[in-house]
Amino acid sequence: MEFIKPDINIDFIGRRRIALSVSVGLILLTLVLLLVRGGPNYGVDFSGGILIQVRFNQPTTPDAIREALRSIALEDSAIQEFGEKGKGEYLIRVSQTDIELTDLSQQVEKSLDKAFGGNNVEVRRVEMVGPKIGEDLREKALFAIFYALLFMVIYISGRFEYKWTMSIIMAACLALGVYVISAIGMSIIWLIAVAALITIGLCWFLRLEYALGAIIALFHDVVITIGAFALTNREVTLPVVAALLTIVGYSLNDTIVVFDRIRENYRRYRRRDFAEVINQSINQTLSRTLLTSATTLIVVVALFVLGGGVIHDFAFALLVGIVVGTYSSIFIASPVLLIWGDQPGKGGFGSVKGHGKGR
Amino acid sequence: MLLVIVIALIYLTPSISKTIPAWWPSILPEEKIHLGLDLRGGMHLVLEVQAQKAVESHLERTVEDIKQALRKAKIRYQELKRTGPDRIGLTLLRTEDRKQTEEVVEKNFSGLAVESGAFGPRDLTVELVLSEQAQQHIKKMAVDQAVETITNRIDQFGVAEPDIRPQGRDRILVQLPGIKDPKRAIDIIGKTALLEFKLVDEENSLEEALRGNIPPGDQILYQITGEPGSQRKIPFLLKRRAVLTGEYLTDARVQIETQYNEPYVSLSFDSRGARLFEQITGANIKKRLAIVLDGVVNSAPVIQDRIAGGRAQITGRFSMEDARDLAIVLRAGALPAPVKIIEERTVGPSLGRDSIERGLKSMIVGGLIVILFMLLYYKFAGLLADVALFLNIILIAAALAMFGATLTLPGIAGIILIIGMAIDANVLIFERIREELRLGKTPRAAIDGGYGKALVTILDANITTLIAALVLFQFGTGPVKGFAVTLSIGIIASLFTAIFVTRLIFDYLIIERGMKRISI
Repeated sequence: MEFIKPDINIDFIGRRRIALSVSVGLILLTLVLLLVRGGPNYGVDFSGGILIQVRFNQPTTPDAIREALRSIALEDSAIQEFGEKGKGEYLIRVSQTDIELTDLSQQVEKSLDKAFGGNNVEVRRVEMVGPKIGEDLREKALFAIFYALLFMVIYISGRFEYKWTMSIIMAACLALGVYVISAIGMSIIWLIAVAALITIGLCWFLRLEYALGAIIALFHDVVITIGAFALTNREVTLPVVAALLTIVGYSLNDTIVVFDRIRENYRRYRRRDFAEVINQSINQTLSRTLLTSATTLIVVVALFVLGGGVIHDFAFALLVGIVVGTYSSIFIASPVLLIWGDQPGKGGFGSVKGHGKGR
Repeated sequence: MLLVIVIALIYLTPSISKTIPAWWPSILPEEKIHLGLDLRGGMHLVLEVQAQKAVESHLERTVEDIKQALRKAKIRYQELKRTGPDRIGLTLLRTEDRKQTEEVVEKNFSGLAVESGAFGPRDLTVELVLSEQAQQHIKKMAVDQAVETITNRIDQFGVAEPDIRPQGRDRILVQLPGIKDPKRAIDIIGKTALLEFKLVDEENSLEEALRGNIPPGDQILYQITGEPGSQRKIPFLLKRRAVLTGEYLTDARVQIETQYNEPYVSLSFDSRGARLFEQITGANIKKRLAIVLDGVVNSAPVIQDRIAGGRAQITGRFSMEDARDLAIVLRAGALPAPVKIIEERTVGPSLGRDSIERGLKSMIVGGLIVILFMLLYYKFAGLLADVALFLNIILIAAALAMFGATLTLPGIAGIILIIGMAIDANVLIFERIREELRLGKTPRAAIDGGYGKALVTILDANITTLIAALVLFQFGTGPVKGFAVTLSIGIIASLFTAIFVTRLIFDYLIIERGMKRISI
């Protein structure tokens, strides 16, 4: 069986401007959304607070729950139905972080027991995160993102351009830049933004076009996934950050397969137009790209639909990330190679000199 | 290859089968796959030890010791008390006592340094400052002791496989799998359980003290009575110094009072405590002695007679459970400093079961669709990929059991994700083989070319995901770590199964069986 005919030849490169405007549009939308909302919608893990998942044996309404919480002055909590409709499961979120958290979950339980009767309420999950821990976790998550990006940048630029020296220089610049910023005492979000800019700038400056393509695609995927979270009003929790990092790995995976083919074809067909080589390579790997995404999507959809509420957002992040990642490896990463026109050899990857080094 | 599979199956057996042959543990591994708290149900707590409080109470005790030392050395003073988080202020009566005071302090109290910057005829105050080093030592001891005390309490409370350990400088991680009553566990862990006996100050007026004129060396503490909601606070004017503390307890048990059938906690003191108790009660007949627990007055009975034998009791309107829990915490001893819960994650057992069920369901459904899809798309080669996939899952599970890793809900998600991603290596190989076949190569050459060319790409592609997984492992906590573990194991296992296992079968069929056509 074949979905994609072997002789397929779609002009992806020719449509890169359309793809580019779609992507830029999505990224701008994300940034606007984040600006309007004042940052991503952090879950309890990062913002601190309490999340309680309760199951009621009798039908009830958020208003009734809110009324029950009035006795302990928590009637402002966000209450929403959770999981499948009509199963009587609710999430109660208390986001004030300035209150004493130590026995708050017990108080909530007590007041619910009182209002609904002890046998009708089952507290299934409590997540209470103090502000200090929230801060710690936020920092840890951001450091994880940062280090993952750093190692991958080193790996790609080393692996693709056979310029390990260059990639080490780059890593050193990055580390230095980050050190300077953290010495100034800027927040970690800025730190990552600046690190990203330094990376892209260095790739540009050192003309590491493959690394640049892969990294732009990678940021593209992560930003759009975060945008999807903002748009659907989902919360960014620890598992979601794990999903984001997985997307980073996955997006690179797709990109690398296409790039490997481009490099192989470029060596074989020296005379051809570079744009044509890129297009041919994308088409040759298209079948694989779509198949792999399809199998991964199948399992992630299964997880999204059947996995239950606790894992829902995690599966959603993977879902969006895989779709966007597949798209970006075709429409974003490869066209970036064309930024310097169709003469990549100039001190870049195609030159005979470059190849033996570092292997 | 067979060897790997057999080893994997051996490691898996304890996790799957309910009955293990009796001879099994003696020669073969019996590690089961550990389930994380999110699957098993249980409680995860992070406590912060307020270690600064331990330093302060150390200083309070030191003040009493200094008083005695000064009395012995016949130095008189105007005032001696803790004046800050790390210092004691001592106001002398005569300037010439300064040198001798310094000698006494330096000889008897090694952690204290005497600072007497402003000392002079007008200001007779010297400051005794606890060195940074001594403070750190006290704080560290406080955390260590808190871990020990909490471990004791939990052991007596009865939880299977608790995990209690210090984390960072002043935090304690407590993990209690399968706990049924999280409320009580929190009470037992979090209670400081500082038991003190303090004399009621009968000479000074309580009313005057309530107006703000608390006599030096005294304090006001309250007794709380009544049902929650309509509670009353009864003030007591007490001597600040505790005449006896829970330190001297040897035992605390629940007993039932016969008249009203109400439980109370009976206390037994060790010989030193018993002697002290006898002295105090003997010297203060007809006065009241308050029993104070964590700064709240429990009761303040009038001492009727000298009490020998070292026994006392704490009464109150306890439920049986409350009395039992109080006995546990008193027996295990007081925490050296109060603790604060700064993170709590509790998963009820029913939710854990649900999660396992749903996780398995999505794994089976997703896996079956992928398997069918591969069969349809690549026919025989697809079957090979499916075999590899199946092996892969067995290997992941075996590796989890072997390394004693913990399986969490995101961990299950990781396995599910791997099912989708592991196929990738085979897709890459098979697409290459198809291309080679189209170029008119023989099956054998096509397979050689397919595997050879795809290998580098597969390695590249998997290394990036592995980097992400390893970073996650380094920075992740709990459930997320479980995801990183299954993802990394899965990637490595998938390289083995997708590349070597399928290749071996292809080679076998073509070389040994002389297969002429590949169904791909």
